[in-house]
Amino acid sequence: MVDRSWLKESATFSRPVIREIQRAAETGIYDIRGFGAKRSVPHFDDLVFLGASMSRYPLEGYRETCDTSVTLGDRFAKKPITIDIPVTIAGMSFGALSAQAKEAIGRGASQVGTSTTTGDGGMTPEERSESKYLVYQYLPSRYGMNPQDLRKADAIEVVVGQGAKPGGGGMLLGQKISDRVAEMRDLPKGIDQRSACRHPDWTGPDDLEIKIAELREITDWEKPIYVKVGAARTFYDVTLAVKAGADVVVVDGMQGGTAATQDVFIEHVGIPTLPAVRAAVEALQELNMHRKVQLIVSGGIRSGADVAKALAMGADAVSIGTAALVALGDNNDTFEDEYNKLGTSAGYYDDYQDGRDPAGICTQDPALSARLDPVAAGRRLANYLNVLTLETQTLARACGKSHVHNLEPEDLAALTIEAAAMAGVPLAGTQWIPGKL
Amino acid sequence: MASFDLTDSTVRELNKHLHGSVSGKVTVSNPGGKHSVAVGATDAHEVEINGNVGYYCAGMNADASIVVNGHAGPGLAENMMSGRVHVTGSASQYCAATAHGGLVVIEGDASSRCGISMKGVDIVVKGSVGHMSAFMAQTGRLVVCGNAGDALGDSIYEAQLYVRGKVESLGADCEEKEMRAEHKETLQTLLKSAGITEYAVDEFKRYGSARKLYNFNIDNASAY
Repeated sequence: MVDRSWLKESATFSRPVIREIQRAAETGIYDIRGFGAKRSVPHFDDLVFLGASMSRYPLEGYRETCDTSVTLGDRFAKKPITIDIPVTIAGMSFGALSAQAKEAIGRGASQVGTSTTTGDGGMTPEERSESKYLVYQYLPSRYGMNPQDLRKADAIEVVVGQGAKPGGGGMLLGQKISDRVAEMRDLPKGIDQRSACRHPDWTGPDDLEIKIAELREITDWEKPIYVKVGAARTFYDVTLAVKAGADVVVVDGMQGGTAATQDVFIEHVGIPTLPAVRAAVEALQELNMHRKVQLIVSGGIRSGADVAKALAMGADAVSIGTAALVALGDNNDTFEDEYNKLGTSAGYYDDYQDGRDPAGICTQDPALSARLDPVAAGRRLANYLNVLTLETQTLARACGKSHVHNLEPEDLAALTIEAAAMAGVPLAGTQWIPGKL
Repeated sequence: MASFDLTDSTVRELNKHLHGSVSGKVTVSNPGGKHSVAVGATDAHEVEINGNVGYYCAGMNADASIVVNGHAGPGLAENMMSGRVHVTGSASQYCAATAHGGLVVIEGDASSRCGISMKGVDIVVKGSVGHMSAFMAQTGRLVVCGNAGDALGDSIYEAQLYVRGKVESLGADCEEKEMRAEHKETLQTLLKSAGITEYAVDEFKRYGSARKLYNFNIDNASAY
């Protein structure tokens, strides 16, 4: 037995780093995985609410109303949507997810009066019928894109990028290309699908303005049009999205999840959600469009605290993806033995790309997919969304707010200098915001 | 018959007519390079546009037959589902991008990325096409009576390409294929549908996917 107390691990060449070098040498293939960034970055945990005291008075926790409704898309659309809670479900494709998972998401979101979103691969009848509000993503691949479904949608989201891979395209490996997925995407079964990262018929914000006008013409100016960007040069991206005519801007931070992307992309491209929210809000304020063009923020939202902090920084709503999958049953201890057979463990599973998800969520295998009961899983998601909302209301009332949108940066303090600089709120106990006079 | 003079009428009024009314003949005059002319048609209208159009003319067309007596800007017939679009002049870049069905005929030239990511549409170009045409083309047929620019059919899937003239270069995973009898018959049908009679099918070569990049193989890494 070796006495490990004498062994010193390299901070630069840690055991996971050494293992990855060995894996790369053995296979010659970069690591592709799902989930979002796993490295530690400044996040909403680094902020706290100040709460009411002598200078502010709170609302009664269970008696006084705290409104959570949000209207999205009233800048140009004839039919904006009003959701009951400030939490939406992010775009996740049929293909990446099983049909049962998509149905469950639709059920859960609808039970609490919020929206869900399609993904790369088109709209399935199951998710349309089960979703009270369905946002139809308009992606570079245009898999499954057609004007009939466009008109069935409640809103359209033009996807420029996502937080897990700003500048990257979609990826769906052959293991998950079933007959149905292949048919919806007009591609042969079993091939690796590497979706384009740029739209095929527009480049840049001037073209996007014309493209958005075309989508409005096709849908008779009824649908709210969102523009989604991965967090990178957020101030400029949001400014240009507004200039291009977006009703709603969606900003996805680097902690945002993916079904399949290179690990090097997930961990090394894009900026965290925290500074992205501040930059997006500054852009909207500079244009005098804050609250006129709505801002949805995603990337690492887990709790009502995260929701409330994003809203306090100026977001109109948040969006969840990874947390929604966990609520459905992803990474549940129930499947520990099967996770072990895949070389991993509950809480660590991220191989969404390989189609062998024991929870039946990130798979197209009929037997695995059948494990997920869409009704029960939908209820779990609804429960979770209710908890997020109740937690958000709890914090808003503690700050004396009768609507969650009344939360403001003044209600926040930062616990670290980095978070203070990124979020633009004072370091706790000071009036100091690094970078500001 | 309905008429829209886009000097006085708006593109909105035209498109609203194409979405809501029963099919019929529609003439459009003075388009003046406007964008989104005749997009999202939902029925078998017969639309004649006299003049040049801007971006996305006939975008997402379903069933309508649209003739442009002039030139078309970028994104002509993008994501078209069915029907027919015929341009007597030339078309700019991204012609018929991601289109799922129907027939697009260009009597002049089409610029770069013609048929990019096409998903079942048939495209016949009497002139030449620019670089990166049929990039990531999934299904459908592209016929080019003139020449093709660089990187034709880069990362192509199952679409079939027929080129009569010179191909500047083939893109990754695109190769020349044998022209068998069934392909000649297909090509003949497409040329006839486009109203092109002056070229013989024997003058064309066929191109398609080598299918070497369908699943990742480290030994093909240099192709990416």
